[in-house]
Amino acid sequence: MKRIATALLYLAALLLAMPAWAHKPSDSYLTLDVEGRRIDGQWDIALRDLDMAIGLDGDGNGELTWNEVRGRQDAIAAYALARLKLASAGQACPLRLTDMLLDEHSDGAYAVLRLHGACGADVARLDVDYGLLFDIDPQHKGLLQLRHGGQASTAIFAPDSAHQTLGVSGASSWRQFGDYARHGIWHIWIGFDHILFLLSLLLPAVLVYRDRKWQGRTTFRAAAFDVLKIVTAFTLAHSITLTLATLGVVALPSRLVESAIAASVVLAALNNLWPLFHGRRALVAFAFGLIHGFGFASVLRDLGLPKASLLLSLVGFNVGVEVGQIAIVAVFLPLAFLMRNSILYRKGILGAGSCLIALVALAWLAERSLDMKLLA
Amino acid sequence: MTRGASAALRLVCLWYLWCGSAAAAPHIPADGNQVVEHLPSRADPVQRELLRLRGVLSRRPGDLGLASALAQRYIEQARADGDPRYLGYAQAALAPWWSQAQPPEQVLVLRATLRQSTHQFPAALADLDQAVQRDSGNVQAWLTRATVQMVTGQLAAARASCMRLYSRAPLLVVQTCLSSVGSISGQAADSYRQLQEAQKRHPLDDPGVQVWVATLLGEMAERAGDAAGAEAHFREALAAGEPDSYLLGAWADFLLDHGRAPEAARLLKDKTRNDALLLRYALALQASGAPDAGRQAEILRARFDAAMLRGDTVHRREQARFELALRKDPAAAVRLAKANWMVQKEPADLRILADSALASGDAQAAQMVRDWLRSSRIEDRRVAASAARLGAAA
Repeated sequence: MKRIATALLYLAALLLAMPAWAHKPSDSYLTLDVEGRRIDGQWDIALRDLDMAIGLDGDGNGELTWNEVRGRQDAIAAYALARLKLASAGQACPLRLTDMLLDEHSDGAYAVLRLHGACGADVARLDVDYGLLFDIDPQHKGLLQLRHGGQASTAIFAPDSAHQTLGVSGASSWRQFGDYARHGIWHIWIGFDHILFLLSLLLPAVLVYRDRKWQGRTTFRAAAFDVLKIVTAFTLAHSITLTLATLGVVALPSRLVESAIAASVVLAALNNLWPLFHGRRALVAFAFGLIHGFGFASVLRDLGLPKASLLLSLVGFNVGVEVGQIAIVAVFLPLAFLMRNSILYRKGILGAGSCLIALVALAWLAERSLDMKLLA
Repeated sequence: MTRGASAALRLVCLWYLWCGSAAAAPHIPADGNQVVEHLPSRADPVQRELLRLRGVLSRRPGDLGLASALAQRYIEQARADGDPRYLGYAQAALAPWWSQAQPPEQVLVLRATLRQSTHQFPAALADLDQAVQRDSGNVQAWLTRATVQMVTGQLAAARASCMRLYSRAPLLVVQTCLSSVGSISGQAADSYRQLQEAQKRHPLDDPGVQVWVATLLGEMAERAGDAAGAEAHFREALAAGEPDSYLLGAWADFLLDHGRAPEAARLLKDKTRNDALLLRYALALQASGAPDAGRQAEILRARFDAAMLRGDTVHRREQARFELALRKDPAAAVRLAKANWMVQKEPADLRILADSALASGDAQAAQMVRDWLRSSRIEDRRVAASAARLGAAA
């Protein structure tokens, strides 16, 4: 009869267990950011699970305090890191804990492990061996999000899929190209120093300086040709230095580059007030374009370049910058040509506008070279 | 875009959603003595016993008797607590035998129980078939088999499994099994009457069984439209001991169906760690116009998102109800209800299928409801009312 009594309990258990599970089963959330050979990670593991695995609740009263969790930080790191193995090209990428925090998920509190590691070489394919909790809870799952070069992919680890290899550079090259082109366009649009430099050089393009005064050009064709010369020179120059700096052939201190860019805007604007190098503006565009290229390169560096498709991203970014420039020119040239003979254009836009640009750029120059804050 | 790619994209989106809404930012608590999580207390005798057994088993992992006893204890704890982690712990205790094609008999039944809990119904049934082939006197295996067959809508097979209990299990258990099947297959009135008689004439001194029988009677009476009878049965079940989450859910549904949302909200206020009960709580708040309803629905949504992230599909019934009643998205609801219906065919599954078919006007779902009403001959006042409106609409 004892057996039947057990069976009864069992039946009740079974029938009533049927409806959906009250809580979510155990999951951990792992995010890995791969950049070149570096890996940064964040791993959220439920405190409930860590307690089951290694014991966190020191006094066993069921009320887990942050001090109790922090006191077990080394044990948590040792336990977790022994159960996550990353490798690339057959070489291990050891991880270490940099910080431990706390977070609330919809089903309870989680320890947040901040991780850092590096592989022997740039990562093209990442081998992930995940074994957290599988020995004590085979229904546990590890949810991975892998991010690289602005893209993300996901994977789910379970006991029967504990080892997976994820492509890091295998993502669509064209999408990457597009991503970097967008970054390029965006940078031109928000990079006022580049826009102002270009505009300062373009403002006189619809005019000619003759007999110590500005006169309107007679044909649109002549104006467009002048614009084309300037834009081409600028593009050629910044493409050269952008490429050289990105490939690591040349390097300049960023403070120097940023100050020189500001100075270039000042000079280009002053030239419209007191023509210094009129007729040689394309040459000036080329010379200072070299400096602006270094500026673009530092933006690209901040974005994080995927080494595996470096050239493609570089070209993509550059194409984006050109597209942004062309958009500016396309709006500027027809308007300027129409207005070229008006007082507003010559005195207001060319005169006062250049003056204003020079002042703003001077403030930038002071800020950047002296490392102080003048403009909001 | 391929289906795989679109699924992957959705997962990435979900991840951001989840990271953005459900999780606060990672931080370090200002006060080290702040309680950050509530865990099962080691002062609890059940937890102490589980811990002790686990310790012994870690030294003797091949001890079949010990391993199956611990697995059984964990399954009971999962039911009491509603925490599926215990099911994982149970599976871990059975690790040495888990992947065997022909494991020992007690492992077969436990493995079937764990497999059905993650909706692996065919695999569970295969284990149970093997168990009863080896020993036709295995009461546990027959009972579990009947249950899985009932949930998956194999009603004739379920009845046959119940019949095998005669002379092997106490009469009240045999009758409960038979009435459970009968009440959803064309014999609602007889099944109800017979179970009530068995409850009186062959009582069993086991609070678990008492709660179970009274809960079933309450559900039967409610399906028949006898609200007063149902309430009496539910109250009897509630009085028999600490109510489990299934009983609380059934009682809350009764209260919601009878326009007594404030009572349901009071009942479930402190039970919202449990997803199924949080659903009823949010419904009760919405029905009573409470300002907190929206926030509770958001929490529930975060939990469904988290389940989806891990690839779980065991919540579809509740999720369909969530979409229909809280999110007011009949198209999403009927999609979930249909997918759920391919796996589970209990009265609650039929009801959400009928309700979402009605709200969405989905002809395929309506046809599924009509087909099932005809083939199973289930009697359920509310589903019949929905079906009549579906019929009128068609």
